[in-house]
Parts: sequence; structure tokens; C-alpha cells
Amino acid sequence: MSNATSKSVLRAEDLHRFLGQDEARVHVLRGVNLELKEATTYSVVGQSGCGKSTMLYLLGLLDRQDKGKIWIRDELMSDASDAERTAARSRHIGFVFQFHFLLPEFSAAENVILPMRKLGVRSPDEMRQHAEYLLGLVGLQEKVDRLATHLSGGEQQRVAIARSLANDPALLLADEPTGNLDHKNSDMVFDLLQRLSKETGQAILMVTHNTELATKTDQCLRMQDGQFIN
Amino acid sequence: MSPNFAIAFRFIVSRKRSMIMSLAGIVFGVGFFIVTQAQTSGFEKFYIDTIIGADSPIRIEDRFQDIGLAINAADESGQTSDFITETDPNRKYIHGIEYPNKLREAVEAFDDVTAVSEVLRGETRALSKTAEQTARVHGIRLKDHIQVTDLDSQMLRGSLDDFAFNPSSVLLGKKFAERMHVDVGDYILFEYAGDTRRYKVAGIFETGIEQIDKRRVYMHIGETRALLKKPFGEAFFQIAVRDPGNAVRVASRLESALHHNVIPWQEREKSWLQVFSVLRVSSAITVSTIILISGLGMFNTLAMLVMEKTREIAILRSIGYTRRDISRIFLWQGFLVLIAGTVCGWIFGAVVTLGISKLPIRIRGIFTADSFMVNWDLNHYIWAAVVASVTVMVASYIPARRAAALEPGSIIRGTSM
Ligand SMILES: Nc1ncnc2c1ncn2[C@@H]1O[C@H](COP(=O)(O)OP(=O)(O)OP(=O)(O)O)[C@@H](O)[C@H]1O
Ligand SMILES: [Mg+2]
Repeated sequence: MSNATSKSVLRAEDLHRFLGQDEARVHVLRGVNLELKEATTYSVVGQSGCGKSTMLYLLGLLDRQDKGKIWIRDELMSDASDAERTAARSRHIGFVFQFHFLLPEFSAAENVILPMRKLGVRSPDEMRQHAEYLLGLVGLQEKVDRLATHLSGGEQQRVAIARSLANDPALLLADEPTGNLDHKNSDMVFDLLQRLSKETGQAILMVTHNTELATKTDQCLRMQDGQFIN
Repeated sequence: MSPNFAIAFRFIVSRKRSMIMSLAGIVFGVGFFIVTQAQTSGFEKFYIDTIIGADSPIRIEDRFQDIGLAINAADESGQTSDFITETDPNRKYIHGIEYPNKLREAVEAFDDVTAVSEVLRGETRALSKTAEQTARVHGIRLKDHIQVTDLDSQMLRGSLDDFAFNPSSVLLGKKFAERMHVDVGDYILFEYAGDTRRYKVAGIFETGIEQIDKRRVYMHIGETRALLKKPFGEAFFQIAVRDPGNAVRVASRLESALHHNVIPWQEREKSWLQVFSVLRVSSAITVSTIILISGLGMFNTLAMLVMEKTREIAILRSIGYTRRDISRIFLWQGFLVLIAGTVCGWIFGAVVTLGISKLPIRIRGIFTADSFMVNWDLNHYIWAAVVASVTVMVASYIPARRAAALEPGSIIRGTSM
């Protein structure tokens, strides 16, 4: 497939996932193969219910596949222990949920700082500075100390994006990051991700229903019935 | 500050009401635990002080001779046994102490013994102008006896000096004097075996123990021997020891060394002491159930919190927090409530204990007290904290484990639907 394996950030092979029990059991993912490379942006499009979020949880090591393998930076993570997968999430993966999840007890800046505190490579002052910087990138420099519950849906979505970038992950997985945003902010977030990928060499995979944005990424992947199609 | 602690703290603060309910349970539990222990042990301690003050920590009575030692040394199964009862059939008792001077020397040689007082006891008839009743006369040497009892502080009226310098004087128990209608300076007659002697009342004392105060009379031991016609022997010793709490050990050493029946206060007052300890244990159990119930409240609060916070748990897991971090976050919450509850409970307990010690109450009988007796003992505080800790830690451990076991993927799928 690729001659430059060193540039591979994530590789997935023949992923299968069933959901539901007994008669309600559905074969959601039916053999997903994928390779994500450094400094490249990917978009995934497909009908609602085709399995995009399900795939993203597997790739983000938040869920276990029923069959298949996932490598992150050439390390096999699909069958690793929970502790190893958690460490990989902390160090390598930024995740933006479809339904922007923030911790409501914490301010915007504190939400962005949470992953940094866990990783523990920055000093408290650096964490604060970095959080302010990231919130500035998504246009929230005015609202860093606002409690998460006192932000609009779109603002929360942008805080979630800032949080996903907190530990400078090699891989960013975003489930409709612009879904809640108006045209202007949507473009801003998209341009930001596109730029970050080039500047810091991140691999970025985003699910989107916005076909216009999808075509602007380096590679657009189509999903149908739990598989990629050409 | 660890991130887990910071998160736990925020979670708690965001759920003030239910956390305060759990906290209140622990505060009351710990507080009542301390108060009841302070009270029951306060009364117990006061009772012990009273009985030791009245009758000294240790008494040495009859001499015994071991006979048939071979039978005593082994029981049926052939195992040696040193369990000896007072009514041991293998012992022959000789009433009283035969050679007081020799025995006194031997007793004083013991390091733990601080004073020895020889006492000769007997019952006589007492007569005053208007009354007549039985008296329990204790013949003593004053300077010895005030070292083994609190007689000097038990004096209500009159003076110990007057008693010391007048061989024909007596000290009367308060109730006894009242019943005889005599007071300091009056004369009183004692009659024994047809012989009557006249004594001047030099003082009135009160031990607080009714049984003693209504019968006891202190007399010089020489006079007592003359009155009771017991020129020698038959006395017993009352002994003071360095640490009365240690009296049982000292007594058993004295007994085996001296071949006399030696009775520490713990044995002498066994029945009342048992009542006190039963009271103390039963109140500890009762109050521990309060703590236990507050533990259930705590469990409930945390279990609810875990259910409410599943989404937050999934987020934390997705950004790198481990299962252990999640369980720590919930354990910290339990711990925070525990610490706050215990400290507040201590303060609450101490304040109530102080208040109770000022409450007036009139107790007469086994001892005399005019207010609630409390005992300030650090152990009560430690034990209250131990009971609370065990309860809260168990109550938070289960929800914490449940929280840690949650799979981030399935939570997120569940909440996004
Ligand atoms: N717990 C479940 N049991 C059974 N089927 C489930 C369960 N959860 C999800 N599914 C099914 O799995 C399929 C894929 O869901 P998924 O959330 O991945 O879709 P999606 O592509 O992200 O859709 P959308 O664009 O609407 O977000 C859907 O058909 C859904 O009905
Ligand atoms: Mg989806």
C-alpha cells in the first residue's frame, strides 16, 4: 500500500463491528480498511446511519472491534490492554464528538486544560497559556473563563475542538466538527484544521455532511453500509 | 493538586445538596459516638475514682496454703493449668493476716507498691443519746491510711489532726452521723461483747458511696483491737500502687509471691464495672448504626452521581484518564466528605460533650455526682473516625468501581441516541 510506513499515523485492517443483541444484532461495520498519513486531511461522507461514528469510536480506541486490527504509529493498539489504549489516547489522539461533550462544572479553559493535566508534560502556567492560545485559534479568546454551560452550542463545539488539540495529537478524529456552526465559524474551523495539518503534520479525519467542505480536504472517503466505496 | 482531586472537588461542589445530606449523617454519627462514649466512660471513670478513693486499689486478705498441689497443677486432659478460683478446694485459708509486720516488709519491697495500710475491721453496736445502730468499724493508722485512700479530701467537717492526736476519737460516715444525730465534738458509744467504750467525734467524711457512708467508722487500730478484743492478727492490708490501671497484674504477682488472697479493685467491683462496660459497648453499637445509615446515604449519593456522570466519565476516558483515575475521582469524593464529616463531627462531639458536662444531675447511690460526668479521651475521637472511615470507604468503593468499569464507547453511543 504505502512505501513510507514511517508517515503512517493510523492503519486499520478489515474492521468489523456488530451492535445490538440477539435479533436486534446489526452488522454495522463490514470490513473497513484505512490508512491515515501525516499532514493529510481526510473527510468521511455517507448517509446517516451508515456507521461513520461507529468507525470513529473504533479508530479513537473508545470501543473494541469485533474483528480487525488497528495500528497507531505502527503499534498494534486494537488488541492492547485498556491501560495502553488509554495512554495512546492521551498522547496521540484528539477526539471531537458529534455532540460536543464538555464537562459542565468547568470553564472553557479548564476543559481544554484537562487532557494536559493528565499527560503532565506542561507546567500549570504553560497549560493555561496553551489553553488560551487554542481557544484564541477557535475564536473564543474572550470567553476562556466562561463556564461550559454558559456557552452556546457552537461555542461549546469550538471548545471541544480546542480541547482535542490540547496535547498536540498526531491524529485528530472529528465527528461533524462543524455541524453546529454557522457558515462563518464553520469555515474558520475548517481552515484552522486544514492549516494545522500542514503546519504540525497532523493527520485529521473528519466526518461531515457538508459536501462542499468535504471536497476541500486532501482526500474524501465515501462510506456506505459500513464499508468504504470508491 | 492532582487532577483527579480537582475533578472530584468540582463534582462535589456541583452537587452540594445531596453531599451536605451525606455529610450531616456523618457529622451526627461521629458526634454522637463521641458524646455517648465521653459520658459512659466519664461515669465509669468517676465511679472507679470513687471506689479507689474509698477503699484503695488493692486489698490483701487471708493467707492461704496450697494443699494437694499435684491435683491442682493438671486438669483432666493432662494440661497444666494455673486457673485458680477463690473457692479453690485445694487451698486452705487462714482468716486475716497473721504476721502484719513481716508481710508489710514483703509488700513494700514491690516496686509498684507506694503505700500500705493495715486495717482491722469489725461490726459493733453504736449508741448515741437518741439512736442506736450497727457500725462497721475500720481500725486504721491515719498516716498510712491517707496514703492509700482519699480520706483527707473526703472530710466534710472536723479535722484529721484532732483525730490523729486523740486516740479516743472517731471519724464517722456522713449518713451514719446523721442517723445517730451526732456531729463533730459530740460523744458516741460503741459496744462489743458487753463492753462499752466512749469516743469523741473528730470528723465527718463522705465517700459518695451510700453503702459506706451509712455504716463506716474510722478508729485508731489499737483502740479497735481493744474494743473488738483482737489483740493481734486478723487484719487486712489496703495497698496503693503507682498505676491503679495495672492493679490486676500487681495483685497476681503479690498473690503468688506472698501466698495471701490479693484482690484488685477490678475484681472487687466486678459487677458494677460490667454494667458500665456493657453500657459503653451497647451505646457504641447503637451510635455506629447512625454512622452506618449515613454510609448508606453516602453510597446512594455516589451511586446516583456515577449514573448522572456517565457522560463525563466517557469524556475523561477519551482524553486519557484511566480506569484508575475514574475510580480515584469517586473515592476522592467519598474521602472529602469523610474528612469534612469527621472533622465537623469531632467539633460537634466536643462541643456537646462540653455542654453535657455542665448539665446538672443528681446521682446518689453507687457514687455521688451533681453534674454529668464526661471523660475526654482521644481514643473516642479516633474510634469514631475509624468507624466513619470504614463505612464511607466501603460506601464509595462500590460506586467508584462501577464508574471505572464503564466502557466509553457504549456510554457515548447511549447518550448520543
Ligand atoms: N446499540 C445499538 N444497537 C443496535 N444498532 C445500533 C446501536 N447503536 C447504533 N446502531 C446502528 O448502527 C448504525 C450506525 O450508527 P452510527 O452512529 O455509526 O451512524 P452514523 O453514520 O454516525 O450516522 P449519523 O450520520 O446519523 O451520525 C445505525 O444504523 C444505528 O441504527
Ligand atoms: Mg454519527
